[in-house]
Amino acid sequence: MARNRKEVEIVNEANENAIANKETEGLSQGQIVFRRFIRHRAAMISVIFLFSLIAIVYTSLDWRLGNKEKPFVIPGWWKYHFEDMPELRYADCPGGTVGCPTIDAVPFFDGDGMSLGEHPFGQDDIGRDYLSLVMRGAQRSILVMFIIGIIAATLGTVIGAISGYFRGWVDGVLMRLVDFIITVPVIIIGSVIGFHYGNKGAAFLALLLGIFSWTGLSRLVRGEFLTLREREFVDAARVAGAGNRRIIFKHILPNAVGVIIVSVTLLMSGAILTETALSYLGFGVVAPDVSLGLLISTYQDAFTTRPWLFWYPGLFIIAIALCINFIGDGLRDAFDPRQRRRLSRKDKANARKLESRAEVA
Amino acid sequence: MSEPVLQVRDFTVEFWVDGVWYPAAIKMNFDVHAGKTLAIVGESGSGKSTTAMGIMNLLASNARTSGSVKVKGQEMLGASKSVLRKARGKEVAYIFQEPMTALNPVYTIGFQIVETLRTHFDMGPNQARERAIELISMVEIPDPERSFDKYPHQLSGGQRQRAMIAQSLACDPGLLIADEPTTALDVTIQAEILDLMRGLRTKLNSAILLITHDMGVVADMADEILVMKDGNTVEHGTSDQIFNRPQHPYSKELLAAVPKLGSSAKRSLDPKAREQMPVMKMENVTIAYPKRGRVPEFVAVRDFNLEIFPGEIVGLVGESGSGKTTVGRAAIGLLPIKSGKLEIMGNDISHASWKELFPIRRHTGIVFQDPASSLNPRLPIGESIGEPILLAGLAKGDELNRKVEDLLEQVELPRSYRNRFPHELSGGQRQRVGIARALALTPDLLIADEPTSALDVSVQARFLDLLLDLQDKLKFACLFISHDLAVVDILAHRIAVMQNGLLVEEGDRDDILKRAKHEYTRKLIAAVPVPDPEEQRKRREARLASK
Repeated sequence: MARNRKEVEIVNEANENAIANKETEGLSQGQIVFRRFIRHRAAMISVIFLFSLIAIVYTSLDWRLGNKEKPFVIPGWWKYHFEDMPELRYADCPGGTVGCPTIDAVPFFDGDGMSLGEHPFGQDDIGRDYLSLVMRGAQRSILVMFIIGIIAATLGTVIGAISGYFRGWVDGVLMRLVDFIITVPVIIIGSVIGFHYGNKGAAFLALLLGIFSWTGLSRLVRGEFLTLREREFVDAARVAGAGNRRIIFKHILPNAVGVIIVSVTLLMSGAILTETALSYLGFGVVAPDVSLGLLISTYQDAFTTRPWLFWYPGLFIIAIALCINFIGDGLRDAFDPRQRRRLSRKDKANARKLESRAEVA
Repeated sequence: MSEPVLQVRDFTVEFWVDGVWYPAAIKMNFDVHAGKTLAIVGESGSGKSTTAMGIMNLLASNARTSGSVKVKGQEMLGASKSVLRKARGKEVAYIFQEPMTALNPVYTIGFQIVETLRTHFDMGPNQARERAIELISMVEIPDPERSFDKYPHQLSGGQRQRAMIAQSLACDPGLLIADEPTTALDVTIQAEILDLMRGLRTKLNSAILLITHDMGVVADMADEILVMKDGNTVEHGTSDQIFNRPQHPYSKELLAAVPKLGSSAKRSLDPKAREQMPVMKMENVTIAYPKRGRVPEFVAVRDFNLEIFPGEIVGLVGESGSGKTTVGRAAIGLLPIKSGKLEIMGNDISHASWKELFPIRRHTGIVFQDPASSLNPRLPIGESIGEPILLAGLAKGDELNRKVEDLLEQVELPRSYRNRFPHELSGGQRQRVGIARALALTPDLLIADEPTSALDVSVQARFLDLLLDLQDKLKFACLFISHDLAVVDILAHRIAVMQNGLLVEEGDRDDILKRAKHEYTRKLIAAVPVPDPEEQRKRREARLASK
């Protein structure tokens, strides 16, 4: 019995030391969130995957800057540019089709190992290299996604914060504006914008789309501000002499950041789909420029005969949207203080080991 | 002696925290017999609630338990889910601390009681309804027939707690576990609930396991007491033993920390102070919350008169809803007043705009009730404390840091805490930070809005000592708002009593406590629990006799 008690004491002491050490460490909110995020496996894989995807996509093609006749060229790692027109291949394609993909992703079993070939993703009707087209399309789509995300995040946060904080007539006016925008479907607004300004490039289209897609976020931020402004620390800041701007940006906004980040990531993955949908309808990015949605809509008739024209852009859309969603999911979990990690089998084994060690001691 | 209703042996609860098993309750041993009350006493974090939840296996999934828990001879640890579910509610019932959150707001209280009844007994809806109304009248909720169809928000705090008790009594449980049943309630209502629980114990002959940090409540209820600290049982004995002959130093400390009414020395005030210009002066002040949509205007405070002189501590006492917090907030310009006159340091701020209030802010500070909510969770506490200084333009950069560190030292916190975040501090430490921030500009008037109501007794005692020391040193005037007369008794020179938005009585501390004129004040004083079982019995009898 006496021995038993001693063991318990030893284990307790070890525990208390560990806890005391953790206390002195002093983690900031940001560090805590970061640690939780790092532990989120799906989100971390998505972050790495997305960043490498962006790096690969943006370095693939030549950047031709300056005038059309004698451009200044930053070379990319892929030999074709999306405007190049190599000869259309007729040979060895299944079912008498043309421009089939030359990528060979099966190792050894078919006897010749893995290789890219001349046109890994195949060629389109007039012989343009499909890999370069998909890369260009992904560049546009990612650009559109980030522009929409940044504009909507800024507008939504500021407008939501102002109407939630000041309430009264300011809130009334801003929220009726939100109501008005929400009642008109984004796809129709996008079609009208695309129809009139589609020729001004993907960035301009994204800018205009961003101006119409902040409404959901502003509603969420407003709700968060309505509850946070009643908290006592806001009164405390007011008593300390803080002005409205300081209270909004220094005191309340950092507390609402969880909601903002989560809904912005959702918005971004939504944006890539909006752009795809618009291009599919013919109102987004217009030829000769390409986007992933435009590629799919252009070759929708070819689906039965040349399905690869459908596969590759589709694959990129899914990959990017999924990555952003997983990252958003990880951020949501990391920002939620109530989120507790379940005991894994490994943890339990560790605990058992720790105890047996304490007993030996 | 008969078989105990609850028998706990070598009961240990551990939590998995960041890689180690952290024990929350260690080798607990106790019995509870029918018709008796065992009180588990200890500070927050001592493991008393964990023990109570662990008995019926209601702990979070990162906990593990060992030892033995027998309810009426049946082992509960490791029992199957169906055995546990049958026992919960029928053999063992819980009363929780916060009746508003423990009752489901979308169902009537009658529905919730009927639900419990029909889960455990084969009972028709009409029969269940009859039984529920019987229960509601047993816990003395007025007009049981109509109360049956009321929603939780339609009842007062005390009535809600009664409804909770009615629900937990639905199946005549052998054991009632009451986890801080009166902490969220006012003293007068607390006294009523305790009377009710005592009556039910004798009527139904159930055993009660009472969990509380309030020694007054313990003195009122307990037959046996178990003192816990950091998960360990420190002392275990009869009520008489613990209160009159405590053995362990911690039990003694806990008893000494309980503020006792009328035991502290008279606090003298410089007689000249009352001849000076008052720091704060309220004349016929009325404060109203404006109407919002269909909710009509609510007058929270009516015709309020109060003066606070330099260096004086005025205690403002009243039940919840009496308007005392409203007065405190108006005094520093956080709420506008509807009519009357409010002066701070001789400046009329009755109808001041934000800009006009700015210079006043330098002379006032406030300590809020809830330290968890009054500090910005995303700011290091050094920044929170330094904010008033920074915004008043008094210091910047290194000088500001030095001032913040001095302030931390003043409230007896280590200087290194400057970089910590509120969630890394305990409740008592956070409240110290609250004081440091309020005193950052060395104000002439400090409003303390129930600063100790969220703290444990021993932490509260240290906090009050600190506040008194600081007041001696800095000589600020203070409006101390509290529902606890015993606390006000320690601090105040003068006491003002409020009821339903009206000032009932006001006068020197001893006049109020010993020679109260108003009946309401006397009722408040009589309701304060005293950590002495003998004294409590006498008061109880007096209370019953007066009914």
